[in-house]
Amino acid sequence: MASITLPWVQRDTEKLSNYREKAIRLLAFIALAHIPIILGAWFLLDPLSTKPADLQDSKVLLVPPLCLGSIGGMLLFAGAAFAIYAYELIGRVLSAPWVAFIIFIGAIFGIVIGVWLHAEILMTVQRDWMPAKETSVIPFVGIEYDHTVQSIYQNNLEGKSVDFPLIGAISIDTPILAYLMFPLQFPLVRDLVAVGGIIGFISLIPGFGIWWERKVAGRIQSRMGPMRAGGWHGWAQSAADGIKLAFKEDYVPPGGDGVLFRLAPYITFIPPICAFIALPFATAWVFRDLDVALIFILAMLGIEVMGVILAGWASNNKWSVYGAMREACQMVSYEIPMGMALLIPVMTAGSLSLTGIAEAQSGGFWTWFVFVNPWCFLAFFLYYVASLASCKRAPFDLPESESELVAGFLTEYSGFRWSMFFFGEYVAMYVVCGLAAILFLGGWMSPFPASSAEWFIAQANIENGMLQTLVKSLLAANPIWFILKATFLFFVQLWIRWTLPRIRIDQVLYACVQVLLPATMVVLLGNTLWILGVSENGLNLGWLIAIDGIINKILAAAGVLTLVGIVGIAAYGYRNNKKLVGWLAVDQLPGK
Amino acid sequence: MDSVAAEQGRSLKDHMDDLAFYIFAAISVASAFGVVVSQNIVRTALFLLGTLGGVAGLYFLLDANLIAVIQLIVYAGGTLILIVFGIMLTSKSPWAEFKPPKSQIVLAAFVGLLMFIGITSLTLSGEVNWAARATKTPLATSPKVAEAGEALLTTYLVPFEVDLTAIGAAYLAKTEK
Repeated sequence: MASITLPWVQRDTEKLSNYREKAIRLLAFIALAHIPIILGAWFLLDPLSTKPADLQDSKVLLVPPLCLGSIGGMLLFAGAAFAIYAYELIGRVLSAPWVAFIIFIGAIFGIVIGVWLHAEILMTVQRDWMPAKETSVIPFVGIEYDHTVQSIYQNNLEGKSVDFPLIGAISIDTPILAYLMFPLQFPLVRDLVAVGGIIGFISLIPGFGIWWERKVAGRIQSRMGPMRAGGWHGWAQSAADGIKLAFKEDYVPPGGDGVLFRLAPYITFIPPICAFIALPFATAWVFRDLDVALIFILAMLGIEVMGVILAGWASNNKWSVYGAMREACQMVSYEIPMGMALLIPVMTAGSLSLTGIAEAQSGGFWTWFVFVNPWCFLAFFLYYVASLASCKRAPFDLPESESELVAGFLTEYSGFRWSMFFFGEYVAMYVVCGLAAILFLGGWMSPFPASSAEWFIAQANIENGMLQTLVKSLLAANPIWFILKATFLFFVQLWIRWTLPRIRIDQVLYACVQVLLPATMVVLLGNTLWILGVSENGLNLGWLIAIDGIINKILAAAGVLTLVGIVGIAAYGYRNNKKLVGWLAVDQLPGK
Repeated sequence: MDSVAAEQGRSLKDHMDDLAFYIFAAISVASAFGVVVSQNIVRTALFLLGTLGGVAGLYFLLDANLIAVIQLIVYAGGTLILIVFGIMLTSKSPWAEFKPPKSQIVLAAFVGLLMFIGITSLTLSGEVNWAARATKTPLATSPKVAEAGEALLTTYLVPFEVDLTAIGAAYLAKTEK
């Protein structure tokens, strides 16, 4: 039996250990560099010596997050340095099965002790520092709310729900959770938590998306896709790729424009992340609920192109410039049908705010805008095609078409910069799918009408407050529905990429200028007239309203049937995934 | 004394707003300077992106969300890309450079100096009470997008239509070839 070669068993060469020492030294230096920040913040403002009145002062409020952040950063970097140092050791220890069990048990005990310590600390803070009662208006929501620990505690005892702008209404049954919620009364803490959550989610998308894309590609081509890294179906493939890319050579073409070459990945990478500022996951689950959220997200997707163009230009390579030119002309032309198709749900809802548009679709799946009238139905597909082009996904992946342009604008890129382009691309894909989910598929609304939750609670006779909240959020509106819908549309993008061949550049432009653009114009006009005929403030045509109702139900039924069909075909394919396809299909390979 | 009282009445958000103002102003001014000084056309376009983005940030700080977003989507996302696209299509060498004649530099410097003197003298003259004008509209009462849209289609319908006609004229001019 062949012995398994693990990376930490293979002795590192001289070069590798040299790199390792360098990395340890660098990380340790960064960790030590945090100490002056911590000491400076501590001594300059000295939070422990401040009086209760001073705690209202903004500068004092800034200190704990600054100190804690720096300490956290120091620990993180020191931990990373130690991890590299103890790489061999950790590798050996982690390969023993009982270690994982101990870590699991330890984590549980650690969490319990952490919660208890947290509650103790907050009680001390409350007793010694905080005023007895403090009401303030929650910014961006405008509700006056008394959110001291005592009032939260009191509300819990009385069974009232606690209204936090970020989390929505939660009824907290256990007092200890109230103490965990205590830091959220500070807007700064709320923002930091929201930013942390968004960045965490954004980091998950490319890691998961790239692995999923490779699995989908493999399955569509009758392969397995990545199977090794991490164990179960190669789940750690993206992490392994990321580590590999981070350690690759940092190459900048000598004939190109070095500054722009280094800058371009950031210009591609940052705008899609900024789009998450305004992209809501649910009614209160949004960093800033802008009234112009839709245009803001479109603007961010538009700026992303600039990075691709700069990358192509700065590489000083003809393939790269071709890729950049294609990207520029593709984006500039497809932005128009995309924007115009997005106007249609805006018009139907009568609101430009994404929250308002989603809430206009809360009456069950037949009120989702994709089914609401034939024009919206068409607009959904027009938007989806245009969004494929704007994310440079196949069949519109001309900027990097590997068969003609080596790798298009990515030709000269390698290592971490190359991976940043892919980070940007996958995040932009998710943003585009999220927009489609909010504007056409009801966003975070469940397929059932909002009243179904109360009906279910009454039928099942649920009295527990926590359980009632859970049922209400699952049956009416919950971020999980948004994530499910957006992820399904994301999957369709992968599916299309591995099903359709790439089209030529003249076909791309033909499809935009002569097909998509006139079609969106007709749909826009048709939707305007349709709404004018149906709405009570408009013409209020009785016969059109009757047709509208019938068509709405037909479209909704067709949508459900399509989904059932897709799931059925997928199940059939999964059952027969060992067979060859078509009339050549055999149940067993010959000779077996 | 006034300044101390004003300082005490300021919340954390105001301090953050100040910080953000200085950051965005610095980005705008520095990139505007880069636009003037840089000789590489593509770098100039990149600096222009910085200027437009910085000014959009200032609009956001003033709670003028609509105009900030329009600035980003029209100028940063549309016009700028068209400019770079045009440069790529028309430039003969890979590193096309601006080499304006001396007379143009002198003229530009003169006009710029004149503008600078005019604006500074107006600012320093004390005729306008800047402190009173600088108070910004609170978020709750700032005009919403719906109101702006309604104004565009009622009060300001004629300028809006003229804008659309300009697009039509450009289209007609293109098809005559």
